[in-house]
Amino acid sequence: MKDFLKIKSFFLPYKRYFILSMLFLVAMTGMGVLAPLLLKYLVDDVILKEQYELVPYVALAVIVVAILKGAFQFLSSYMGHQLGINTVYDLRNSLYQKLQYLSLGYYSRAKTGDLMARLTGDVEKIRNFLSGGMVKLTRIFLTFIAGLSVMAFYSVKLTAVTFIVLGLLIAVAYRFQKVVRPSFRTIRKSVADLNTGIQENIMGIRTVKSFGHEAFEESKFYHRNDEFKQAHLDSSRIWSRYFPVMEMLGGSCIVILLGYGGFLVLNEELSLGALVAFFSLIWLIVNPLTDLGFTINNFMQSVTSAERLNELLETPEDILSPQEPVYQQNNKTEINFKDVSFGYQTRKDTLSDINLDVSPGKTIGVLGATGSGKSSIIQLLFRAYDTTEGAVHVNGNDTRQLHLSKLRREFGIVMQEPFIFSASILDNIRYGDPYASMEKIIDSAKLADAHEFISELPQGYDTIVGERGLGLSGGQKQRIAIARALLVNPEVLVLDDATSALDMETEYHILSNLKSMMTNQSTFIIAHRISSLKNADEIIVLDKGKIVERGTHQELLQQNGIYRKTYDVQHASQTENLRRRSRAL
Amino acid sequence: MSMSSSAISQQQNKRDRFVYPDDRAIEKPFNWRIMVRLLHYVKPYRWTYLPVAILSLLLSTAVKLAVPFLIGYAVDYALRPQNVNLLTTLIITIAILYILQGFFNMLRIRFTTILGQNVVFDLRKKLFNHVENLSFRFFDKRTEGSIIVRLNNDVNSLQELFTNGLINIVMDLIMLFGIISMLFILNVKLTIAVMIVLPIMVLLSTKMRRKIRKGWQRVRLIQSRMNSHYNEAIQGIRETQTFVQEKENIKYFKGMNQRNTNALYQSTRLSSLLPPFVEVTGAVGTAALFWYGAHLLQAGEISIGIIVAFASYIGNFWEPISRLGNIYNQLLRAMASSERIFEFMDEKPHIKEMPDAKPLVVNQGKVTFDQVQFAYEKDRVALKEFSLHVDAGETVALVGHTGSGKTTVVNLLCRFYDPSSGRILIDHQDITKVTNASLRENISLVMQDSFLFSGTIMDNIRYGRLDATDEEVIAAAKAVHADSFIMQLPYGYQTEVEERGRMLSVGQRQLISFARALLAEPKILILDEATSSIDTETEVKIQKGMKELINNRTSFIVAHRLSTIQNADKIVVLDHGEIVEIGNHELLMAKNGVYANLVKVQNRFLEEDKGV
Repeated sequence: MKDFLKIKSFFLPYKRYFILSMLFLVAMTGMGVLAPLLLKYLVDDVILKEQYELVPYVALAVIVVAILKGAFQFLSSYMGHQLGINTVYDLRNSLYQKLQYLSLGYYSRAKTGDLMARLTGDVEKIRNFLSGGMVKLTRIFLTFIAGLSVMAFYSVKLTAVTFIVLGLLIAVAYRFQKVVRPSFRTIRKSVADLNTGIQENIMGIRTVKSFGHEAFEESKFYHRNDEFKQAHLDSSRIWSRYFPVMEMLGGSCIVILLGYGGFLVLNEELSLGALVAFFSLIWLIVNPLTDLGFTINNFMQSVTSAERLNELLETPEDILSPQEPVYQQNNKTEINFKDVSFGYQTRKDTLSDINLDVSPGKTIGVLGATGSGKSSIIQLLFRAYDTTEGAVHVNGNDTRQLHLSKLRREFGIVMQEPFIFSASILDNIRYGDPYASMEKIIDSAKLADAHEFISELPQGYDTIVGERGLGLSGGQKQRIAIARALLVNPEVLVLDDATSALDMETEYHILSNLKSMMTNQSTFIIAHRISSLKNADEIIVLDKGKIVERGTHQELLQQNGIYRKTYDVQHASQTENLRRRSRAL
Repeated sequence: MSMSSSAISQQQNKRDRFVYPDDRAIEKPFNWRIMVRLLHYVKPYRWTYLPVAILSLLLSTAVKLAVPFLIGYAVDYALRPQNVNLLTTLIITIAILYILQGFFNMLRIRFTTILGQNVVFDLRKKLFNHVENLSFRFFDKRTEGSIIVRLNNDVNSLQELFTNGLINIVMDLIMLFGIISMLFILNVKLTIAVMIVLPIMVLLSTKMRRKIRKGWQRVRLIQSRMNSHYNEAIQGIRETQTFVQEKENIKYFKGMNQRNTNALYQSTRLSSLLPPFVEVTGAVGTAALFWYGAHLLQAGEISIGIIVAFASYIGNFWEPISRLGNIYNQLLRAMASSERIFEFMDEKPHIKEMPDAKPLVVNQGKVTFDQVQFAYEKDRVALKEFSLHVDAGETVALVGHTGSGKTTVVNLLCRFYDPSSGRILIDHQDITKVTNASLRENISLVMQDSFLFSGTIMDNIRYGRLDATDEEVIAAAKAVHADSFIMQLPYGYQTEVEERGRMLSVGQRQLISFARALLAEPKILILDEATSSIDTETEVKIQKGMKELINNRTSFIVAHRLSTIQNADKIVVLDHGEIVEIGNHELLMAKNGVYANLVKVQNRFLEEDKGV
């Protein structure tokens, strides 16, 4: 319960709905126990006393009571839904907002499946509980109390005896709830396993087929499918043990009523009508009690959900704008890395002692082996992470002192594996500037060498791409991503291995386009190909997080280091090649 | 472009920034053909679980029906004219009946679940195995998302039907039939009076239910879009944050959330109306019972006990009716799901193994393409009269622009597709006449976007040959120089690969799939853009390490980097599905054609001075 209260700020604003729902529920329960009493009245006061002229009134009363009960029921349920829907509306907005602002560092650790489960399943559990589960739970107890009170009014002895059996029934329902909980957990896990198994299999189907491992995948799936089945069978086995017991206990209430109640009727301690009414009342109480186990279980689950959502909502946004950001007027952007060191949580020393000055209009090339820290440099630039030591300065100010959004707007970043949204190509290109003119969009696409292939599509820029749309090749994605970055007129353009899927000619073409365009803006190019880097004003070579070589293309060629070696390999050195070949022949 | 760009841009601005097309109808009208096909899955159990389930169902319902009758009987014959002996007999009878019912219920719950779960298990297995064996053409036509949805959600919606729905239909129908029969046996006139509201109720509630169904359908639709968007928002978070689009996205989401909320308002309001409605119409029946019952009682046609029994029976009458309505909704949803599932089941694999297929025997690894013609879609020829002979142990590099047919050559050799004409031979055996398993065992393909499965790094490399020992796995990793970075991971080879290898760089993932391919010890190795994201230093190391291995096997290399290509024995230059040049590096350079030009462009770009 305490955990559920953690999200109270979301439902407290709607507490009036809660109060109203509960009030109507009380009224409805009152009407509910009133209905059987009309049967008692019919038997005792109309039929047995042969006052048949009263029959129409009793019949009318039945309808009136039902209408009132129905009205209260509707209102109670309606108010409950209002509570659930409004709370969840706010909750969803807050969660989404949280998602948008959590740092990239958080996302590198988080699991998509887990986040999705929280956003969809957990939120829906909260809504279901607030909308209906809570009313249901309260209703079970209210009916229990109201029903027994009415019974006690007519016969304390009979009520006392049935109470014992009902107590047992509650104990069994509660016990069931406890016993079944782990098996529900197993079910949830097996469902998740099955789903992720299928997902992974379909996403990797080409790999599966290229190794001819279909049979292996089938057997993997068979086990998951079997676990899923067993989990369901286990939980149903528990239910099949408990439910008959609960029904038998309910049945023994009937037996007691008939036996002990019949005895009381024979001794004229109880009227026949009352006994008949008790038969209706008892089912009114017993039926929801057999559901008690499930209802409590749902409640427990929604508590867990509340906890999980709260955990997400309380995750700190560790990369924030400062309270009072330094205002800077910048036409051109100068960047300085000053003694920067950085480490991710798992790996220390991803970068150490990086010093780098980039004046406007300059191009920086970055070369380095996998894991040498190339991408980390970029991530520090736009504050995906903060430095561990040292600082990155933009126009003389520490990036941590600048307004975060303003800082990021300076950059146009193209990642190695760009994400293409489920939207038209147009919307994908103008993602960073949704209000850009069509002319500008086409210009950017042309610069990125994407216009041609887009125009060849039947629907051109309106073609829907992404998850359920047209699949694009790696090279096409990269070109759209480049167009996207160019559209925002960045002061600093960053290409993080962004041309790896393009052939050399296309890459050459794009890079020369950029060169003529980016006269006042700076560019960072991370690449494996010397051809992409060689025109940079300064090239740095990273090895294990340190700058080991730096200079221009020509200077680095002289140094005979990593850069030179890379160049030699890539440069089709014909003479050497011929020599090797003639030797082989 | 035909439309002026500003007109397009205006039209575009009106649209949402994300589009989630709904490729699936949520429900379909009831269809007997589909139902029969579904019931086919129950068939294997028709002599085992099914009879027990039905029998226990019948018996537990029978007990439920007997009790109100016995109570009514007790009122009339044991309580009014006092008869303690009869009362005792009745009490004992009822007690025994409840014990029996408990037993029958246990059987019912157990066997209906076993039946339902087995049916769903079979269905799921069959569907998965079927899809697993479909060819590339099937997967080309569809996005991963739409296939996954069918395998997951559609089967799940059938699960509800098989484990609860169908059984409940039977149970409720028996119950209703039983109650009506009991009522008729007790008194015909009173039964008709009580049932007079039934047609009105069924009619009105059916109408209401249709509306409710439509409402929830809308809710589900909006929520499925919302879920797609959540997923996108998570996957595309880097783009969102670097392009500072958080506020725009929040605005978009609020609109979506508001639509969801409005749809929920509507549906819940309607759904909240239904139970009170049933309640009130039920009360009209009870009022009729009281009124007409008292009248009949006065006339001496019935006894109090009958009224008591009636009250009890109609108290149990409305619930099954209400439930049947819900099950009908469920049934319609299941119709749509089954239709989609059967659509997949009816897909035939394009690549079929010949009935007399023999295992491929590769001694040397000679590969011959003999006048091969292929098109992915009609009229879009991907490969024209392609003929190529590759000797054992040769390395062939395929060069050409995007769409020139390089990858098609690879796809055909792996038999992901069959050529429309012509043959492909490996050591003189036509690959369409050998078993698929033996073909794939002899060929290893390393793709540009290699897929990592969840599991450890060790498991992922072992995927190349499932029975490889740990030592063999490590040896393969060492050969491709993946060992050093793997050892730096927190748990080395035992490090779990999460989210398809997110924690690894693209280059590292490529190295793992390299090791995987090597472990398979193929006679033929294909590298399809496999080194594009590996840094040159590592690539050189790999090439050194693999020199021996490549020498022993026929290999095909698709690459952009000249450094990867130039040592090939044969360089095949493709353009629009045709070979335009073929030969080794020196030969082609001397020829001064397309290839030489390509090399020149690359070298020019490497050599050119700054400022061009």
